[in-house]
Amino acid sequence: MKINNYHKVNTLDEAYALLTSDKSSSIIAGGAWLKFSKKTIENAIDLSNLNLDQIVETKEAFEIGCMTTLRQVEVNKSLMTFCNGVITKSINEIMGVQIRNIATIGGTVSGKYGFSDLITPLLVLDTKLQFYKNGIITLEEFLNSKDFKNDILVKIIISKKIGKAKFISMKKTSNDFSVINTAVFKNKEECKIAVGARPNGALLAIKAMEFLDNNKTYSEEVINECASIASKEIPFGSNIRGSKEYRIELCRVLIKRGLQEVLK
Amino acid sequence: MKVQLTINGYKKEIEVKPDEYLLDTLRNSNYLSVKRGCDSSSCGVCTVLLDGKPIASCSYLSVKAEGHEITTAEGIQKEAAQISAYFGDEGADQCGFCNPALALTIYAMKRELSDPTDEEIRDYLVGNLCRCSGYVGQQRAIRAYLEDTL
Repeated sequence: MKINNYHKVNTLDEAYALLTSDKSSSIIAGGAWLKFSKKTIENAIDLSNLNLDQIVETKEAFEIGCMTTLRQVEVNKSLMTFCNGVITKSINEIMGVQIRNIATIGGTVSGKYGFSDLITPLLVLDTKLQFYKNGIITLEEFLNSKDFKNDILVKIIISKKIGKAKFISMKKTSNDFSVINTAVFKNKEECKIAVGARPNGALLAIKAMEFLDNNKTYSEEVINECASIASKEIPFGSNIRGSKEYRIELCRVLIKRGLQEVLK
Repeated sequence: MKVQLTINGYKKEIEVKPDEYLLDTLRNSNYLSVKRGCDSSSCGVCTVLLDGKPIASCSYLSVKAEGHEITTAEGIQKEAAQISAYFGDEGADQCGFCNPALALTIYAMKRELSDPTDEEIRDYLVGNLCRCSGYVGQQRAIRAYLEDTL
């Protein structure tokens, strides 16, 4: 990674003007994963001066500024109890505290990193993203689109829906990247299932979610079938951490365990 | 470009490249307690404190540190020596390469967590790898240090 010019901006207007001035301009969040990139960045834009590192809790939602570090999110007392602490639990095994004090929620989400342990639970929690120019969109819409490259993610909004959630990941060592990760959410109205580190980015298991919604009882057979549907519908691949076949097997087992937990 | 950094309480103006990492800036400025290990955010030997919080200096751009307080092991010599003595008592020291970073992380943990459990200590220190000790002696030493000084 090479940076030619570095700008600590004082307004979002200034950031946007720089971002759109050159194709190789880029917002720099925490910068924790910059080392893994081979890009040359003409204008690196730092939002540190914009007071976007706050977590605001309202009656309806948690509104998390894009520059909030993963550690700030991890130690937030309200998030520790929200939906069984699913957000906290997904973060507190991401490498060491040294990286969680650098990496930001905005950088993690906007990077759409396949290895992200955070995007997967955010997907099952009706997360919305507030962009500077495009306004508010859903996380799912963002992950499936390439239209927001020239916009600035300002805020991550997690609605306070009530329900049980469970995040489970498989790692080779405790602070490694996940071989695969899964998140499930269940309340009276809906069930949501997401799978990440496939090794590509996280996806919702739509067919498995529909299958569970169409069942009124949750027997062991129903749970097994739902997990099996999820493992078949999600596209997997192979990389240095695991093969496609290994991930398919893990997916089935982890979703089954997650469902058993939230359907108790 | 020139940046104003506060290192161990002293204000310094240092010339850095826009894509230079804090690890390189500090080592080039003779803060040699800050070690280069994996250089990819995993091992923790490059740990420094940024406004009292541990960060991996190998993954933090120097320009981002402007306006923040940076602390290296040179800046906590008294506490580092104290922590070292507990490590010595428990036989938790071997090559010593990870010790400056470990001392900084313990120093930060003591200020961030009040009376941490053994599990909280392990969780906080998971980013500080040690290839010699096996961690059990370290855990004993940290527990004893906290009990005597908290």
